[in-house]
Amino acid sequence: MSTTGRIVTVYGNMVTAEFEGSVRQNAVAYCQRSDGVRLMSEIIRVRGKRADMQVFELTRGLKVGDLVDITDELLSVELGPGLIGMVYDGLQNPLPEMAEQIGKFLEPGHYLKALDRKKEWEFTPSASAGDTVSAAENLGKVKENIFDHYIMAPFTLSGEWKVKKIASAGKYKVEDEIAVLEKDGETLSVNMIQRWPVRLPLGIYNERLLPTEPMITKQRIIDTFFPVMLGGTYCIPGPFGAGKTVLQQITSRHAEIDLVIVAACGERAGEVVETLREFPHLKDPRTGKTLIERTIIICNTSSMPVAARESSVYTAVTLGEYYRQVGLNVLLLADSTSRWAQALREMSGRLEEIPGEEAFPAYLESSIARFYERGGIVELKDGRKSSLTIGGTVSPAGGNFEEPVTQGTLKVVGAFLGLSYARSYARRFPAIDPLESWSKYTGTIAVEKVAWAHAFLRRGKSIFEMMQVVGEEGTSIDDFIVYLKSEFLDNVYLQQNSFDEVDAACPTDRQQYLFDKVCDVLKHEFTITDKNVARDMFFTLTEQFRNWNYAPWQSDRMKEAEAAIKKTLSSKEASANA
Amino acid sequence: MRKYYTRIDNIAGNVATLKATGVTYEELGVVEGSWGKSLAQVIRVSDDNVALQVFAGTRGVSTGDKVSFLGSSMRFSFSDDLFGRIFSGGGEPRDGRSELTDNLIEVGGPAVNPAVRLMPHRMIPTNIPMIDVFNTLVEGQKLPIFSIPGEPYNELLARIALQAEADVIIFGGMGLKYDEYLFFKNRLEEGGAMARSIMFVHTASDPVVECLQTPDIALTVAEKFAVQGKRVLVLLTDMTNFANALKEISITMEQIPSNRGYPGDLYSQLASRYEKAVVFEEGGSITLMAVTTMPGDDVTHPVPDNTGYITEGQFYLKNGVIDPFGSLSRLKQQVNAKTRDDHRAIMDGCIQLYAKCRETREKRAMGFEMSDWDQKLLKYGDSFEKKIMSFSANVSLFDALQQCWEILAEHFEPRETGIRSSLCDQFWPQK
Repeated sequence: MSTTGRIVTVYGNMVTAEFEGSVRQNAVAYCQRSDGVRLMSEIIRVRGKRADMQVFELTRGLKVGDLVDITDELLSVELGPGLIGMVYDGLQNPLPEMAEQIGKFLEPGHYLKALDRKKEWEFTPSASAGDTVSAAENLGKVKENIFDHYIMAPFTLSGEWKVKKIASAGKYKVEDEIAVLEKDGETLSVNMIQRWPVRLPLGIYNERLLPTEPMITKQRIIDTFFPVMLGGTYCIPGPFGAGKTVLQQITSRHAEIDLVIVAACGERAGEVVETLREFPHLKDPRTGKTLIERTIIICNTSSMPVAARESSVYTAVTLGEYYRQVGLNVLLLADSTSRWAQALREMSGRLEEIPGEEAFPAYLESSIARFYERGGIVELKDGRKSSLTIGGTVSPAGGNFEEPVTQGTLKVVGAFLGLSYARSYARRFPAIDPLESWSKYTGTIAVEKVAWAHAFLRRGKSIFEMMQVVGEEGTSIDDFIVYLKSEFLDNVYLQQNSFDEVDAACPTDRQQYLFDKVCDVLKHEFTITDKNVARDMFFTLTEQFRNWNYAPWQSDRMKEAEAAIKKTLSSKEASANA
Repeated sequence: MRKYYTRIDNIAGNVATLKATGVTYEELGVVEGSWGKSLAQVIRVSDDNVALQVFAGTRGVSTGDKVSFLGSSMRFSFSDDLFGRIFSGGGEPRDGRSELTDNLIEVGGPAVNPAVRLMPHRMIPTNIPMIDVFNTLVEGQKLPIFSIPGEPYNELLARIALQAEADVIIFGGMGLKYDEYLFFKNRLEEGGAMARSIMFVHTASDPVVECLQTPDIALTVAEKFAVQGKRVLVLLTDMTNFANALKEISITMEQIPSNRGYPGDLYSQLASRYEKAVVFEEGGSITLMAVTTMPGDDVTHPVPDNTGYITEGQFYLKNGVIDPFGSLSRLKQQVNAKTRDDHRAIMDGCIQLYAKCRETREKRAMGFEMSDWDQKLLKYGDSFEKKIMSFSANVSLFDALQQCWEILAEHFEPRETGIRSSLCDQFWPQK
C-alpha cells in the first residue's frame, strides 16, 4: 500500500509533499534528494492531497518536485536479543557502527540495522509443537549477558495460535526461523526479531499492579526521604547547573535494577560520551559484570536533528517496555524531557498550529501524561512480575517551576525531586531540595521515623530565617541547637559525596544503620548553654560522621569513627548528666 | 548557463521572495541591483515561491533586481593561507588582501557522531586562580562568560586566548563595536598570536544576516583544523547579538515566537553551534569560549538561560571578578583529580567558607552582633577576595593552592574548614 509523492514545500525540518492514493498518519516516508540520498521522515499531518512530514535529517539540498517514497509502516523499532550494551541514535541506528561505516560525521541518509544479524544465540525452546500460544507468550529463551531473554510469540498475534514447529535447542541468528505458528490454515514463520511502532504502548500482560517495592538508588536523600518504587515514575526538575544530569548518571550507576536505559534527549554529547567511555570499565557490584552489560544508550544530542530528538524518547520507552515484556526490571532515565517538549514546540510552530502557553502546543500535557503512563509494574502472562520505572529530568526555563513542562509533569509522576539553585550554589549535593520535594511512595525506613527527622529540617529552616531577622543573640539556645541539628542532618545524611568511593553509594542496610545513629544525635539532649561551644560540638560531630561515611562498611576506620562519635556525645560539654 | 530571475515579489526585513523553480533548500543565490550585489540564502521553498535571506540586507533592493542561484549552499575556502587573515562575518576579506577561492568547503555540516568523541581530559592552564583552582577549563569544553555590558569580558577572553596553548585561534565577533574589534586585533598582535589566528568579524554596522553566518564559518573552519589533529580555540563574542539576529529573521518570517520574541528553536540553534566543541581520538580538538551578555543582569533571560543548559558550565563575570557561586566548569572533575590530592578539597572547602562569609556580611549589614566565628569568617572573606579572587591574580595552579592553604591557616583551625583530616595533616602550613 506504499505510495509516492512530490515535494511542494521545504521549510526547516518540515517538508510537505503532494501524494497519490492514500497515506497513514505517522507513517515513515523517504525524501529523495537529487543526488539519490534518501532522508527518513514521518508524516505528522495530512490535509487533502498534501502530507506534512518531519524530516529526521538536515533538509539542505531538497527542492520542490523531489520524489518522496511513502511507506505503510509506522515509525517502529526492532526488538530482540542483542539490544543491551548498544548505543543508538533516536531512530535506533547503532552509532559506533555508523562511525565505522561513514566516518566521524553523521552524514544524512545512512540507516543501519539495529540488531546484529551475524551474532549467534544459544536458543532453548520452552514451547513444543502442538501447544497453543497467544501474543507475547514464551516460545523459548536465549541468554543475553546474565539475563534469560525470552523469545516470545509476535506481539501482533490475534487470538490463539498453534505451534506447528519449534526449533530444537542450538545456535541461531536473529533472522533464523525458530518457530512456525498456525491458525485456521494460515501459517506464520517466527524469528527472534519483532517490530513495534514506537508511539503505541507495548504492554501485553495479565494485569498492571500497584508499585510496592522500592527501587534502591543508594542515594540517602532519595531512598530515605523521597523514595521511588519499581514501576513508579519520578521527575527531576532543576535549573541549569543544579546537577540533574549528574544525579541521573549516579542513579544509572548505582541503582539496584536489571537494566538501565539512558535516553540522552537533546542534551550535550559530552555527557553521553562519559557514559559511553566509562561504563565498559565500571563494575556493577550486584553482578560483578561491567555496567555497559546492563545498559542501553539512546542518544540524540542537541546538535542532532530535532525531529529525531522527538522520537528518541519513544524509541527509548519502547525498548524499556520490551524488556519488561521479557521479564526484567527496567529503569528508563530520560534527560531531558524539556528538550523533547521543545522539539514538539518547534514542529508545532512549523505546522502553524495555534500555540498554547509559552508557544508550546495544546497537546503538550496529554503527551507528557501518555509518556509517563507507559511505565508501571505488571504481572506477565506466565505469572512473573516485571517493571518499567521512568525518571525524567525537566529543564525549566529560568529555573521557574511554574512553566508548562514542569507543571504538566508534576501531575503525572509519583515522586518529585526538585533541585535547588541555592543548594547547588552552596555545594550541597545532591542538590535535591528537602523542603520542596515530595514522594507518594514509601521507602525502606519507617514513615514515622522519616517524618520525625524531616521535621527538624523544616524547624531548622524557620529558625534560620528567624535568625536572619533577630540575629544569633536574639535566638534561644534551644532553638539554636535545633538549627544546628538540622544542619547536621543535612550535612551528614542528605549530602553525599559522589566522588568518594565509599560515600558515592550507600546501600540500604548502611542507610538504616546511619539513620539510627543520626537520629541518636537528633534525640540527644544537649545541655550546652554557650552558642560557640554548641557550634563547635556540631562541627566535631559533623566531621566525625563524615569520616564514618567515608569509611568502608565494617572496617576498622568505621569503628574508629564510631568510637570518636561516642566519645564526643558522652563528653562533659555534650551532656550535663554524663 | 546560469538562469536569471528579474522579478522579486515581496521584500520585508532582510527577506526577499520571488518565483523560481529547481531551487534547493539552503542554496546560495546572488541578488544584483544598482545598489551593488549581495549573496543570499534560500530559507524556504514552497511550490514555486522561494524566500531568500539577503546577506547585505534589503535596503535599496528593487523588485526589478536580478537574482540568480549558485547551485550549492554556502562555501568557504580552507587552507593554511587563512592564518593571520581577517574576514567579515560573511567571509569577505576585511584586511584588504586577496579573496581566497581554493579548496572550498561546505559551511555548517552534520553533527559529529557521539561515538567518535573522547572525554575531554586535558586541563587548559590560565593562571587565573578562580579558573584554575575553582572552575578548571578543559580542552574541548564549551564555556560562555556571562556578564553585563561594561564588565571586562573581552579582556578575560583575550587573556585566556593568549595563555592557552592552542595551535589555532579562531575569533568570531558578532555585533562588535569597531573599537572592540581593534582591541582583539591588537591583543592578538601584541601577544604574538596573530600568525596562528584567523578572525571573522561582524561589527554592529554590518548587515545583520552576516551576524548569523559568523559562528558557522568560524566553526566550520575550526572543525576542519580539528579533524587534521590541531588543537583549536574558538572565541565567540557576543552570542546575545547572534540570538538577536535570529530573532529578527524569525519574526520577519512570521514564526510564532516562544519567549520574549525569540524563536522556539533558539535552544537548537545555539546548541548546534556550541556542540561543535569536541575532542577527537586522533588528538584534534575544539575548545569554545563565548561571551553572552545578559540584558539587565538577568540570567533567566532566554539567551543566557538556553545557553546555560547547552554549555558545560559558565563563568559569571560580576563587578570585575569571576563570581565563585554562579560560575561552574562542569568538566573540572575530568582533570582536577589528577592535579594534586588537595585540589578538590580546597575547591569545595574555600567556597563553602566564602559562602558562609557572605551570609555573615548580610547579618552584619543588618546590624547584628558578630560572634567569634563570624569575625573569623569576615577576615577570611577579605583575604580570599584580595589574594585569590582578584582579576589581577596571575599565578600557577600549585602556587594558588598553596596560597589557599595559607589563607585558611591564617584564620581557622583545621577542623573548622570541613576539609577531611587526612588532607589537613598533609597540607596544613606549619606556623
